[in-house]
Amino acid sequence: MFYREAGQFKTTYESDNQIFPIRQDRYAMLAVLALALLVVPLFASPYMLSAILIPFLIFSLAALGLNILTGYAGQLSLGTAAFMAVGAFASFNFVARVPGMPMLLAFVLGGLSAALVGIAFGLPSLRIRGFYLAAATLATQFFVVWCLTKIPYLTNYSTSGVITAQKIVILGYVFDTPATKYLLVLAIVSLMALLAKNMVRSNVGRSWMAIRDMDMAAEVIGFRPMRTKLLAFAVSSFYCGVAGALYAYAYLGTVEPEAYNLDLSFRILFMIIIGGVGSILGSFLGAAFIVLLPVFLNIVAHGLSLPTSVASNLELMVFGALIIFFLIVEPHGLARLWQIGKEKLRLWPFPH
Amino acid sequence: MNKIKKIMLCAALTCAFGQAVAADQFVALPSYRVGPYAAGGSGFYGGAIDYFNLVNANGGVNGVKIKWEECETEYNPSRGIECYERLKTKNGGATLVEPLSTGIAYGILDRVATDKIPMTTLGYGRSDAANGKVFPYIFPLVTTYWNQAAAMVKYLADKNGGYAKLKGKKIVHLYHDSAFGKEPLPVLEAQAKQYGFELIKIAVAPPGSEQQSQWLQIRQARPDHVILWGWGVMNSVAIKTAQRNGFPREKMLGVWWAGSEEDTIPSGEAAKGYTSMTFNTPGNYPLIDEIRKKVYAAGKGNLADQGRIGSVYHMRGLTMGVLWVEAIRTAQEKFGKGKVMTGEQVRWGLENLNVDAARQKALGVLNMFPTVKTSCEDHEGSGAVKVQQWDGKKWVAITPNWVVGDKALTRRLLEASSAAYAAEKKITPSCMK
Repeated sequence: MFYREAGQFKTTYESDNQIFPIRQDRYAMLAVLALALLVVPLFASPYMLSAILIPFLIFSLAALGLNILTGYAGQLSLGTAAFMAVGAFASFNFVARVPGMPMLLAFVLGGLSAALVGIAFGLPSLRIRGFYLAAATLATQFFVVWCLTKIPYLTNYSTSGVITAQKIVILGYVFDTPATKYLLVLAIVSLMALLAKNMVRSNVGRSWMAIRDMDMAAEVIGFRPMRTKLLAFAVSSFYCGVAGALYAYAYLGTVEPEAYNLDLSFRILFMIIIGGVGSILGSFLGAAFIVLLPVFLNIVAHGLSLPTSVASNLELMVFGALIIFFLIVEPHGLARLWQIGKEKLRLWPFPH
Repeated sequence: MNKIKKIMLCAALTCAFGQAVAADQFVALPSYRVGPYAAGGSGFYGGAIDYFNLVNANGGVNGVKIKWEECETEYNPSRGIECYERLKTKNGGATLVEPLSTGIAYGILDRVATDKIPMTTLGYGRSDAANGKVFPYIFPLVTTYWNQAAAMVKYLADKNGGYAKLKGKKIVHLYHDSAFGKEPLPVLEAQAKQYGFELIKIAVAPPGSEQQSQWLQIRQARPDHVILWGWGVMNSVAIKTAQRNGFPREKMLGVWWAGSEEDTIPSGEAAKGYTSMTFNTPGNYPLIDEIRKKVYAAGKGNLADQGRIGSVYHMRGLTMGVLWVEAIRTAQEKFGKGKVMTGEQVRWGLENLNVDAARQKALGVLNMFPTVKTSCEDHEGSGAVKVQQWDGKKWVAITPNWVVGDKALTRRLLEASSAAYAAEKKITPSCMK
């Protein structure tokens, strides 16, 4: 009834090509953004901001990075955490070694370093695909973490191999409260999400999808597989790199290479599988599911005053069961559920 | 009428309950009871909670009951930070925290100082945090990795007949490839240079369930001793792989996180003769009997398996509980008996701890852990350790006295490292009042 596009006429190409062609969607998105930008920092508790929302946004960005590679370009990867590590440690080194390095530029350079590593480890994708490629990217995971623990230069000769992220200072302003850190992360993530959305709608994104759907056919009709695949690796790693830098600077504060282990790569892979492969919104929904659900279950178990040992195991069981349930009910993830919901709403209450 | 009465009674009760909550000393326990390190977490936090239950059953600290809350971290730094943020504001604010994880401790190191919540790191964490001038809110109580590493060298020297005999010996440092495993390297390297033994560093990727190639390397190197700096599943795998490679377990010396029943019992016969460091003397103590009698008999015990009462991790948790309660008691003596202490006041208590032999005897824990006397310069308060051996059934202390290594060396390293941290973080070192 309220979710109809009756009366909304598109008279120009621009209006036809909008991200949200339906007016209600546009307003809803603006409302969400306004809420996140203006209301949340004022009213959310420091716990909510620093322990829930910041990691949620950072993991969304990392999932977005992996989704570009796996969801849009069809290249399986298990090296996400390694690209995040490259971003974090590169940013740390740029700030530590280059005097007067602006923090935002350091994040970008960290992302670019991750992109370079991504291209190098993306090279096998020209010859192999599917599970074999996943195994090859697994090498990234081990190689990068191994490098970071073996080369003391990268951790600035810290005895235990742990880096302490410097304070975030941008144009003389110190981002040290949960609210300011949240706003910084939100700004970066929204900007990059918008960029990604436009990228996948453009020529570049279509070439990725062509390669994903049938690379032989794509080559025949004129896409260059090498350039397209490596571009996907570079862009995806860039996103992961920035997410890794934010993880170190805006969330953890101190990082040891072990924080970016295979486990984290898997978690991000689960995020896109549950959220929806090949969907920008899916990256956010998946991150929300994986980051927030265990916390929520933990709080519920605590509310029921179960013994802690039971509660901890119960949390794992419920979480596992929910994943299986979701994948059986909707193998295309939460984003697809959302889409179905929207389609139903457009007909409601008079299905015809 | 009856209904109104009920409601009024309810209101009165909640009111009383509310007051009771306000008069409790709240502490945060970001614990872990699932995952690859669950054995350590459940024993340790079980011990601490058993002790709190005993203290509360005996009327609290001068009438102040201890209230705690757990939060599952799975030993994961990211979840640990979430837990810390969740617990720190509950019940009027947490006044003590202990994550029992190097990763989480590093993650909340800066946060505890801003939030004014003292954090203890019993036998782990940053060794240079013993300098209270730079780390006012961090307390690596009892002993740190650096003093343990120095004590290990001292013990190995004694075993060989003096420091001079270490010359030309080969010692392998087989370590968990993480911040935890690398922490002792400065001390071991300095001592290798000083006494002329060869230090061979071999890393094991966490969690450490695969060690074939490492032990092959060890077999080729033919070392005189192997230091096993492991944690969790890595330990029993190392012990079993050593047996398979024919390496005598008597020559293996584990870190104190590689010296519990959970490490040796799964290794079976292979563990017999294996030695490890510890900062608790194995055995039974009046306190443990009291816990059996008052806590477990009342059905309030925290360990599901009563066979684990008095085990290494349980005893370590008890040690933490004793030291926390003593810190609260010390703080109350200065700031007012029977009052709930704030984080800052508990910090003062931790900095002025004096758990000497007489106090230990009164608590029924004489010789369970070394005497602890802290100050602003020394947040560690002891630095003494023991060596224990697995006889196939239980741990037995094989050094009758507490072993202390080269403390002058560790102090020098500590000063240099904490000064570097202070410079990086722009902290002016000073003692807090």
